[in-house]
Amino acid sequence: MSDVSWSRRHVLAADDWTKEEIELVLDTTQPMLEVLSRPIRRAPPLRGRTVILYFSEASTRTRVSFEIAAKTLSADVVSISASGSSVEKGESLLDTVRTLEALGGDIVVMRHASSGAPYFVAQRCNAAVINAGDGWHAHPTQGLLDAYTLRRALGSLDGRRIVIAGDVLHSRVARSDIETFVPLGARVTLSGPPTLMPPAWLRGGAPKGVELEPDLDRALDGADAVIALRLQRERQDAGLIPSLREYTRVWGLTEGRVARMRDGAPVLHPGPMNEGIEIEPAVAHGPRSLIESQVTNGVAVRMALLYLVATGEAASAGERAPSLEAVA
Amino acid sequence: MATLLGTDDVRRAIARIAHEIVERDRDLPGIALIGIRSRGDVLAARLRDAIRANEGVEVPLGLLDITLYRDDLTRIGYTAQVKETRIPFSVDGRTVVLVDDVLFTGRTVRAALDALTDYGRPRAIRLAVLVDRGHRELPIRADFVGKNVPTALGDDVRVRLAEADGLDCVEISKAGGAA
Repeated sequence: MSDVSWSRRHVLAADDWTKEEIELVLDTTQPMLEVLSRPIRRAPPLRGRTVILYFSEASTRTRVSFEIAAKTLSADVVSISASGSSVEKGESLLDTVRTLEALGGDIVVMRHASSGAPYFVAQRCNAAVINAGDGWHAHPTQGLLDAYTLRRALGSLDGRRIVIAGDVLHSRVARSDIETFVPLGARVTLSGPPTLMPPAWLRGGAPKGVELEPDLDRALDGADAVIALRLQRERQDAGLIPSLREYTRVWGLTEGRVARMRDGAPVLHPGPMNEGIEIEPAVAHGPRSLIESQVTNGVAVRMALLYLVATGEAASAGERAPSLEAVA
Repeated sequence: MATLLGTDDVRRAIARIAHEIVERDRDLPGIALIGIRSRGDVLAARLRDAIRANEGVEVPLGLLDITLYRDDLTRIGYTAQVKETRIPFSVDGRTVVLVDDVLFTGRTVRAALDALTDYGRPRAIRLAVLVDRGHRELPIRADFVGKNVPTALGDDVRVRLAEADGLDCVEISKAGGAA
């Protein structure tokens, strides 16, 4: 049996991952999809482990995706959200997580509105932490599932040009996509309103492998795939776009626009979609759309990460979560 | 390093096991072969070819990776890579012949039995191995054996097959020997 090295304790962002680490996750995702296709969708590697889903920010698909992933690998799953928990009573993030860990959590999957919150927790508790999205910063499992979906559709990301269209400024998905795609050899073209681009990137400070093309039609010409980002309407109070109608006219993905890409080039969207705003229904549900397979692949990618974190070298070193004396 | 089975010995053992599998159940259409990665799958394909040549029947062939079912995942200290499992038929009601290269502690077979039950309910499960080297840690035995080999616990028994290794043979390195 050939074996490989996975030494990461936590999954916080993919910004310092090697190509080999990313490929190991993607290679492990493939057999996890097979598990999901079986008559009995269950395998035992996380038996006796507890995965705590701690979501302090709204999420349905990511939370459910992690829950199915953990349960398929036979973990016990405890799910809590900020509302209805002691967070409402003023408990600090650290106290909440320490308590959860003392209750026997081996892995904490967390989503938080503050960028960096998972790092804060990972430095201060013994459970493994998986970032399920923190503020504008990172959403590493989304980047990995998008990379898996594209690799499956295109064969490889090496030498491919991927367009990410829309509100990049507020998008942790865009950041994680870039961090995952570029080490695999892809180039990324960002296209969206200048007001919704990170100002430093507009001034020439974009990450390696990334170029900006404000004209969406030009960005799409000959591209290998496009990822439409959700227009975060809850973050548009600052007057960054003139109007939704204007946004849709200039930045909406239409059938005519996606036809500028290479034949059959796929369309992705991290969801939830504002159909009719950043993407036309005909595109979202058309022949190029991989949006539904992104959902299935997301479960498999999260299974792969849970497996690697729970059984990798860092986990095998005996760092199980401490028992109740930690809260005493 | 001593050779336990040469190329011709491996060929004869596979041919004999192919006959025994058919004789044992006499229900050729109900038989399926599932090879355990990463040498059992090669052996299972050889058995399928042999049965086709002898009987003119194509028995279904599957491939099983047991990594997720190992009982030592958190003890081994390294990451065991999960590979693809492919069982492109229903195991329900079939006689499934599990195929592996070496039968040793029996833990791999235990894991494979657990994995198979997640695919359905076979009528029966049999076990075919090229080499049985003893030292079982679980109450498991093979139905079809190429060669029984007495070994010391620390010996290293290695099956080489042309598809993966360039040639067919079975070798043994004695424990503590100079390789």
